[in-house]
Amino acid sequence: MTLQTTDTTIAAEPGFAVRMARMLWADKFALCAAIFLVVILVVAIVGPSWLGDLATKQNLRGRNAAPFEWERGWVWWMGADALGRPLLARIIVATQNTLMVAAGAVAISAVVGTTLGLVAGFSSPRINQIIMRLADVIMSFPSLLIAVIVLYVLGSSILNLMLVLSITRIPVYLRTTRAEVLEIRERMFVQAARVMGASSRRILFRHILPVVLPTLTTLATLDFAYVMLAESALSFLGIGIQPPEITWGLMISQGRQYLTNAWWLSFWPGLAIILTTMSLNLLSNWMRIALDPVQRWRLEMKGRKNG
Amino acid sequence: MADHLLEVRNLSVEFHTAMGVVKAVRNISYHLDRGETLAILGESGSGKSVSSSAIMNLIDMPPGRISSGEILLDGVDLLKMPAHKRREVNGRRIAMIFQDPLSHLNPVYTVGWQIREALTTHGAASAAAQTEALRLLTRVGIPEPEKSLDKYPHEFSGGQRQRVMIAMALALRPDLLIADEPTTALDVTVQAEVLALLEELQQETGMAVLIITHDLGVVAEVADRVVVMEKGELVEAGTVREVYKNPQHPYTRKLIAAAPGKGKMHSPGARGEPVLSVREVRKHYGSFEALKGISFDLMPGETMAVVGESGSGKSTLARILLRLDEPDSGSALWKGRDLFQLSPAELYKLRRDLQMVFQDPTQSLNPRMTVYQLISEAWVIHPDILPKAKWRERVAELLVQVGLGPEHMGRYPHQFSGGQRQRIAIARALALEPQLIICDEAVSALDVSVQAQVIALLDKLRKDMGIAFIFIAHDLPVVRDFADHVMVMQKGHVVELGTVQEVFETPRQDYTRALLAAGLDPDPDVQAANRAARLECAS
Amino acid sequence: MMSFIRKRAVASLISLVGLIVMVFFLSRLTGDPAALFLPVEASAEIKQQFREIHGLNDPLMVQFGRYVGDVVTGDFGESLRKARPALDVVLEAFVWTLWLAAITMSLVTGAAIVVGSLAAFRAGGFFDRLSSVISLIGAAVPDFWLAIVAIVVFSVNLAWLPTSGTGSLLHWILPIGVLFVRPFGIIVQVVRGSMISALSSAYVKTARAKGVKSGPIIFVHALRNAMLPVITVIGDQAASLLNGAVIVETIFGFPGVGKLMIDSILQRDFNVVLAAILVTALAIFVMNLLIDFAYAMLDPRIRH
Repeated sequence: MTLQTTDTTIAAEPGFAVRMARMLWADKFALCAAIFLVVILVVAIVGPSWLGDLATKQNLRGRNAAPFEWERGWVWWMGADALGRPLLARIIVATQNTLMVAAGAVAISAVVGTTLGLVAGFSSPRINQIIMRLADVIMSFPSLLIAVIVLYVLGSSILNLMLVLSITRIPVYLRTTRAEVLEIRERMFVQAARVMGASSRRILFRHILPVVLPTLTTLATLDFAYVMLAESALSFLGIGIQPPEITWGLMISQGRQYLTNAWWLSFWPGLAIILTTMSLNLLSNWMRIALDPVQRWRLEMKGRKNG
Repeated sequence: MADHLLEVRNLSVEFHTAMGVVKAVRNISYHLDRGETLAILGESGSGKSVSSSAIMNLIDMPPGRISSGEILLDGVDLLKMPAHKRREVNGRRIAMIFQDPLSHLNPVYTVGWQIREALTTHGAASAAAQTEALRLLTRVGIPEPEKSLDKYPHEFSGGQRQRVMIAMALALRPDLLIADEPTTALDVTVQAEVLALLEELQQETGMAVLIITHDLGVVAEVADRVVVMEKGELVEAGTVREVYKNPQHPYTRKLIAAAPGKGKMHSPGARGEPVLSVREVRKHYGSFEALKGISFDLMPGETMAVVGESGSGKSTLARILLRLDEPDSGSALWKGRDLFQLSPAELYKLRRDLQMVFQDPTQSLNPRMTVYQLISEAWVIHPDILPKAKWRERVAELLVQVGLGPEHMGRYPHQFSGGQRQRIAIARALALEPQLIICDEAVSALDVSVQAQVIALLDKLRKDMGIAFIFIAHDLPVVRDFADHVMVMQKGHVVELGTVQEVFETPRQDYTRALLAAGLDPDPDVQAANRAARLECAS
Repeated sequence: MMSFIRKRAVASLISLVGLIVMVFFLSRLTGDPAALFLPVEASAEIKQQFREIHGLNDPLMVQFGRYVGDVVTGDFGESLRKARPALDVVLEAFVWTLWLAAITMSLVTGAAIVVGSLAAFRAGGFFDRLSSVISLIGAAVPDFWLAIVAIVVFSVNLAWLPTSGTGSLLHWILPIGVLFVRPFGIIVQVVRGSMISALSSAYVKTARAKGVKSGPIIFVHALRNAMLPVITVIGDQAASLLNGAVIVETIFGFPGVGKLMIDSILQRDFNVVLAAILVTALAIFVMNLLIDFAYAMLDPRIRH
């Protein structure tokens, strides 16, 4: 009888970034989505300082100029709006506000929701009950209607918009985190850590949070798309971002009255929203597999075969 | 041609996975006649279940592919049959029962509905199906059969669920019953009952039984002939006695050698001052009394086996001793101090002395930590054991000690096999230099040959380092070679407590005797004798 | 079973009370409800008078008590514009929204289950890929954008369908069609994922070993189990439909509660706004209960 085990063929593993890159390469849809999102992100950062003037300069002769006039400058390729401002430039400039509101709202709701979820999952049943009922209240609120009123009453600014949108999304993270914590804290490896004498804090941050985090990242990516849609809806209704600030939703709203003779005013910003949302959804689907150590071999193997 | 009821000829099945083509079974042949029982014996990964899935058309294609072979049922090749004909064969001529009846029964339909469905699918009228379902449930020995028809699977015990599966499979009196590890998840006494039921029903209906198992004892108990599989190949075939007494293939010899319960029993010396002294521990959950006053002493460096079936309270005892759960009353003196009265700070210190190895290493190792992180976590929590500079060196040492290598440090648990994972879990427990390790079913999830290796490792640690063990198991043969003392538990009580020889050779209590009798011996002759004795007892 | 429903009902009731409290404080958010309830140009005396009539100078707790009394008796005050009880105005509009949401959700659920199940049955096949692309796009399209595009295409260019109002059956097609797209995209994805795991489950293997045909395996064995996670998503989507219809209603001039709210806010008819919020919240609350009930109906394990 031997103490040596028979199978010792265990593959060495490369670093985290390399593995992620390889897995992204393996899923071409997610790769396109990621590239698109990086472009959008760069545009959001440099957009306003780069094209700010061009996007706000009015030009009555170019009112509702049609798209696809290739002989003009590239910013005119999508046509111009009712005040003769180039649409492509405006979309680029609007990216910053659109993403900022969504990113802010997602960040706030994710941090607050996750914290509350960890507390609810790890504390006494009574505190747990209070937090859960609070989540129920927010969940059964007609969130968009509340947002309409709050923005109307408090006045709309980017910060208010972020806050209102984030409050309505807190329960999403809260419930997910709590459910996961309740499940994970009963798992054997958490018990094993307790047997070793690990403190609650260590168990929470070293054992539970890392397991929950990928789920939350995936969720936040998906939620980013949701919040972006909600923001554009509010801006469309005229109670979100106010001119002269612009977001994609507001641009659609501004183009609405010219629908019949200049469809492109609303079409392009709508397309920007759809493409961004789709990319986020695709990336979130990819993350669900890539961040799961039990499932990620699917992507890794695929990458090896393709590459 | 049609001599045999079932004949599998040169069957090869491969699976197209991301890692390339895996040949699950290669060119295997066996046959089975009416009224006969054939066992397919193999460990996990041997492909022992693949041929039966092929018989039942349960292989998903793709990724699976039957690359060669025939499966003849009364001389007709099932693999060449059109799909609708094959569906008619399933359930009517060949039926199947599975290892884990809870997940194999649909959780959202009543068992009555599911048994009726087996009948109506093949053309029975629903009224007749209802009567028949009731008769079947009564026949397999489900209490209150009429009421039970309207119950859902989760409302039954494990053994009862397997009986329901059997009732469902036998609804149409098939010619062949395939039983895939039918008793693996069950307690030994329940296992004996279920196997007895299967044999009775076989005699009643004259069906053939194909039983797939990893357990030599099950083979000895029920099978006429056996085929042994290893890594997709059929390495040995013959009557059960031939194969056991005169194994040809080295793998078969290894399997038979690894079967627990044949070595020399320990004879512990005189008892001195106990290191752990447990008195009158009680615990209840709601109205359920899990522990009804447990007392025992454990000497330094000694192994105490705690044996009992599910619901005996043995795992609760482990949890309470490790303060993962609080007892209602009682005391446990560890070197003179009561474990249950310690403050959190004292408890933290004591954690170093008392460690645990859990049943399922897949779940007891954090999937997102590397082996190095898993083992060195002990020193993060107890920094005074070892300065950080020496961690790597010590992890490497521990890995070598448990039969792994330093090169495994950077890997994640899912990259290891079950036995290797359990070694990692043991290394982790050793990192704290404990004086007592509680093993909760630490080897029950492992293959027999791996089981033997892990037990040998534990035994070595005990000899080399003087660690005491509380070894919790449901299986008596496993503890026979390893324990100094054995404590038998039933429904929260200690039924019997004595040295390993006393308990195995001169058991005083009926329950212990029943447990011993229900255990299956891998030797067909011994098993036949046991069985005769058991039948005599019953009559 | 009954105890499960009762427990859920009590828990939800607590939430409902919390909701009523929050609505009250929402109406006091600006500090001076008089400014909120009266037209912008109202003079200081009028505001003072308004405060006295409505007891806004009383301590907050007294006001709160009165408010709770009013809510319990269904008294939300008069609609300033329509000179009728606010609740009546809201309920009238709410019926429209409820119909719109109910019809849309039934269509979405039916279609998503069939498409998702079939996609899962032949996962990786042509139909699966087609439905993946469609659901991915569907889940990403903003409904207000789709609404105006639909108006341009079907009402303006093709002149097949009316742009707004409620006169005939034709008026329902565009709002329902637009509201259909996003929840459909989302639910198809959930159904597909859930069905794939149900179809690979052990009990489906048993059913195949019993000789059960493909139809019953998908729609009897797998579907009922796969519906459990789907039910939750259906509930979420129905809730967001109840309050998200506001935009589609506004665009299509559909006289539902969403349009009523937007109009009332613009007209500073705050009694109607508060009543509308509470009624919608109550509807979502009832729907959540129904979801719990459906869950318990589908899964016997929950009932214990």
